[in-house]
Amino acid sequence: MTAPERLVTLSNATITHSGTPALRDVNFRIDRGEIVTILGPNGSGKSTLLRAIIGALPATTGTVKRAAGLSIGYVPQKLHIDPTLPLTVRRFLSLPHRISDAMAEAALTRANVSGLAGRQMTELSGGQFQRVLLARALLSKPDLLILDEATQGLDQPGAAAFYRQIEDVRREMGCAILMVSHDLHVVMAASDRVICLNGHICCEGAPAHVATAPEYRALFGAGTNGALALYRHEHDHHHDDLPDTTQPAYDQAGCAPDCAQSDCAPTKTETHP
Amino acid sequence: MTLLDDFLIRAALAGFGVAIAAAPLGCFVVWRRMAYFGDATAHASILGVALALAFDTSIFGGVLCCALIMATTVSTLSGRGYAMDTLLGVLAHSALAFGLVAVSFLRGVRIDLMAYLFGDILAVGRADLVVIWLGAALVLGLLIWRWSSLLTATLNQELAQAAGINPRREQLILTLALAVVVAVAIKVVGVLLIAAMLLIPAATARSLSRTPEQMAVVAALIGGVAVIGGLQLSFQFDTPTGPSIVCLSTVFFAISSFARLLQRSR
Repeated sequence: MTAPERLVTLSNATITHSGTPALRDVNFRIDRGEIVTILGPNGSGKSTLLRAIIGALPATTGTVKRAAGLSIGYVPQKLHIDPTLPLTVRRFLSLPHRISDAMAEAALTRANVSGLAGRQMTELSGGQFQRVLLARALLSKPDLLILDEATQGLDQPGAAAFYRQIEDVRREMGCAILMVSHDLHVVMAASDRVICLNGHICCEGAPAHVATAPEYRALFGAGTNGALALYRHEHDHHHDDLPDTTQPAYDQAGCAPDCAQSDCAPTKTETHP
Repeated sequence: MTLLDDFLIRAALAGFGVAIAAAPLGCFVVWRRMAYFGDATAHASILGVALALAFDTSIFGGVLCCALIMATTVSTLSGRGYAMDTLLGVLAHSALAFGLVAVSFLRGVRIDLMAYLFGDILAVGRADLVVIWLGAALVLGLLIWRWSSLLTATLNQELAQAAGINPRREQLILTLALAVVVAVAIKVVGVLLIAAMLLIPAATARSLSRTPEQMAVVAALIGGVAVIGGLQLSFQFDTPTGPSIVCLSTVFFAISSFARLLQRSR
């Protein structure tokens, strides 16, 4: 068996966002066919990481390497369409590359929103809108599909259906999928690898491993093995006291041993609610 | 060419040239909420007029330079945490004020300031026509060439970036196009009314269109009709031409808005 194709590699990358480092010393990789999910509290650098991967933010130190000719499909967290911009679903699908009507209809059918081509984007419901975004992202036959909290604003069944579709996409297209999500239980079921982020990579590994990691519990609470973890996190710890040279040594599962002991250590009240 | 000997024909051609370049560009100005941006660039051009006269160079060149500098300044400052409306207000009006003061220093040169503030489309010569149509062709060419990328970057920066489009480059192209339109339109509608040529046809076209391309084409048509109609009105009623053109496009805007309102309430 050949090694899976590496699509994106970040080595010791520090990403600065408006003057302050939002992510420090990140080592990250994603291979073709993987589903990787990024978890983390608000302001932990999730979007920053995605922006670095698509090339919108450069690394101030370290490197960001993308495979040559990498095609990225991107589903943004929110897409605001100015009311002054008339845009039909059909026209939206042709951005930035024109596609045939047949391709457009096929893409909409696959996303379970057939027959919407003539509608204005601003008239769609939340669920329809997200599906159209996904349909557009898939049209470029991406090697890497990036979803930034794509199910925000969808109800539980809507989100579940959306994630089932993501699974299908991977099976059919064989692309890698990188997503940011807050739907923890779905994430745990659907991902191959989970990355816990809080200004740096707190821990990473298989979902089952991460769910039991103390760093994860510090961020998301304990007791339910992650299945029903409540999203609660207060900024009770700082990362400023970390010496710059600290480069966590990731073990096989990918957890940084020093992380739990130093800055990510949970406070008592948070670990045992 | 005897046809171009008629000043009315020249005026119509000049206005038409400006309208078909300004209207599609105006669509981007509307979509990206850059209305004040157009204003600032236009107001800066009066400073360009003063400098061009002082250094005895071409007005077009002076205006283009000043408009470009202003547009790039605004574009650069926009991502740096300044309050945009305040910043633009400061830049637009101070540029106009500095320009007017600079013009007053020009002794010995008799210039008709009104002609630059409100345009003098009836005085367009053949050389002006060439400049206007070359400028319009350049702007239209830029817009058509970059259309898809411009539209994607306008919709969402990250979406553009993921598709390998650099949003900053697209912004720069719009900035450049804006400076060119301002420089060629100064003769036709003047510094104070250039923004109207950009915005009003685009805003009028919005309620009549379902796609961005439709909106751009309809805006260009509306702009063109407003130029021809405004010329006729000003000839008939002996009113200033530039403002007449703008008045007529505003009437179109009111009609299309009213039609939309009726359509909605039904």
